[in-house]
Amino acid sequence: MDAIVADNISKVFRLNEDPSQSIKERIVRMGRSRYRDFVALEPLDLTIAQGSTMGILGHNGSGKSTLLKCLSGILKPTTGTIQLRGRLASLLELGAGFHPELTGRENVYINAAFLGIHRREIDRIFDDIVAFADLAQFIDEPVKHYSSGMYVRLGFAVAVNVDPDILLVDEVLAVGDEVFQRRCLDRIRHFQQEGRTIVVVTHAADLVRQVCDRAIVLHHGKLVADARPGEAIHVFREHLQGTMVEGGAAAPPPSGALRIVGAEVAHANQGTRRYIEPGEALEVSVMYESDIDVDSPTLEIVVHSKDGQTVFAVDLDLATHGVPPLGRAGRITVPFTSVPLLDGTFTVDFGLTDRRNPQHTAQRQGRDEFDVLNPGDSRGVAAVTVGALQHRAG
Amino acid sequence: MSATVGNTGELRVIAARRSNMQQLREIWQYRELLLGLIRKELKVRYKNSVLGFFWSMAQPVFLLCIYSLVFSILGAGFDDFPIWILCGLVVWTLVSTTLSTSVQAITTNQHLVSKVAFPRAVMPLATLGSALVHFVLQSIAFAIVLVVVRHDVDWEFMWLLPIAVAVLTLFLASLALLLSTINVYARDTQHLLDLALVAMFWANPIVYEYQLASTWFVDHGWPSWTPLLNPFTSVIIVFQRAIYGSAFVGDRQLLPDEGPLWYLGNLGILFVVAVVCFAVGLRMFDKAEGNFAEIL
Repeated sequence: MDAIVADNISKVFRLNEDPSQSIKERIVRMGRSRYRDFVALEPLDLTIAQGSTMGILGHNGSGKSTLLKCLSGILKPTTGTIQLRGRLASLLELGAGFHPELTGRENVYINAAFLGIHRREIDRIFDDIVAFADLAQFIDEPVKHYSSGMYVRLGFAVAVNVDPDILLVDEVLAVGDEVFQRRCLDRIRHFQQEGRTIVVVTHAADLVRQVCDRAIVLHHGKLVADARPGEAIHVFREHLQGTMVEGGAAAPPPSGALRIVGAEVAHANQGTRRYIEPGEALEVSVMYESDIDVDSPTLEIVVHSKDGQTVFAVDLDLATHGVPPLGRAGRITVPFTSVPLLDGTFTVDFGLTDRRNPQHTAQRQGRDEFDVLNPGDSRGVAAVTVGALQHRAG
Repeated sequence: MSATVGNTGELRVIAARRSNMQQLREIWQYRELLLGLIRKELKVRYKNSVLGFFWSMAQPVFLLCIYSLVFSILGAGFDDFPIWILCGLVVWTLVSTTLSTSVQAITTNQHLVSKVAFPRAVMPLATLGSALVHFVLQSIAFAIVLVVVRHDVDWEFMWLLPIAVAVLTLFLASLALLLSTINVYARDTQHLLDLALVAMFWANPIVYEYQLASTWFVDHGWPSWTPLLNPFTSVIIVFQRAIYGSAFVGDRQLLPDEGPLWYLGNLGILFVVAVVCFAVGLRMFDKAEGNFAEIL
């Protein structure tokens, strides 16, 4: 049974070239409208099975929020239809619809009414909501006296206690403190166990891997992937890179007596895919030129994750690795037999130094990258291999 | 909360277009919200005011005093003139309150419209609802006045009142839908409406009598029913005929000397107009609704 069936839905926004909201302007223009159509969502079909958890990935402006708003009914699609089976609650904006002058109790009733719930049913779940929000002693206070945390808690409590069959989750998990986020995640897992359908919209790839069993990727309003989370995240990353501005200012040409003139990051499956999988081998090469003799060279290789964290760094004394003193030009290749990293794009920095004469040194930073794509469902930063399990009863 | 989810959940369809019936069904499903919003509006309005609902009486009473005073000084009034004015004023207050609040029903609730999914038609309808609550309260106060001053109403016409209110409500509902939609696209609407309401007040036989207008039109070569082209007039003259209680004062004719069926006929025409407007209003609202979240 499918919880959500979207058939050929698209959304076109009509952008006013000359945004004047006045009748006068319209009359002056005599109906000659200056509009530009903007396709926020190209026609797509989407089926979400009951009880599954689906992620929608996309960068800003990819159309993911438009899709979510269409699914929730906030926006109506320009073409196509969406069929929803069962009650839908969305965590798009917690506490939207709260009126500051009214008490928590009154707001719970109105908030639930926005979800189409009848008074009698709210009476029944009211105590659960208050208990979940942990606001029993403030429930008859006007919500304008609430802290923002209490506000969000009450909104969340309403949304998850109204017994939704389909739950739409936006970036909402990014707000709130850690305790609240953990509670949200707990609740989502609980919902999954109960066989409810969940749609998560995010650009946090880790969240998708953590909770989803399927994900789609939107790019400029187009559906570019519909796959298991691992693959979808990879497609998402590739598109994200495609949209980033290349490079910035060009690096100055290498100068000095010792120069790194090039580098290469290679792996065995380069012909078929750009990325490596966790635990696969990687070969890093660096090309140098030198005007002097470098007798005891050391090569430093530092690998950073995208957020600047050093993932690993090695200082190789090339002599002890059997590399002869460097000539006028050459290429040093370092094979890593296994890279036990999970997802991400990693940057490789190089430093080549003469240990005897440390003023002879060359750097190359931030210019070489490699991708790791984790097809499995392990999470975190390191790929750890699980051996044979043992179980001894008693 | 139940531990498992049934497979029998109701099916909801979101599409660019829906039929009027689907819209009405959806609004009916959200009737609790409609009532909740009306309650909220009333509660919020009187939250910190000591006199509460009495304020909703203040405005018509004040207007009544001014008009009675002015017209008695001008010598234009007639017997029980305040009661005549009140008949028109309660109806007009309902009309003007509904229109002036509903026109902003969508635009002042941007945060809701862009964040929460529900049939947006509920919002203009809720403003109509709270105006109706005020109307009922004012009518009760009016009835008390009638009893206190021992005014004789015409019972033969009283049964027309609930029909008149029902027809007016439907008509106002369609206007509320139309105005709230148009105002999203052109914010001038609310300002134009303010002006239109002033003009409309004088275009209705509230502080003068229907017959005066009718005679004027006849004298200028128009048919005698020309004032009835103003849709609110049909409702106002029903109130006047029933509550003021007579078509004549002395030998001065105030209203057409017709039976209840003539008045009912006028309401019938208004009903047909209201149904058509309501269907058009729903259709237009449906077309625009899906884009509110983006335009606001």
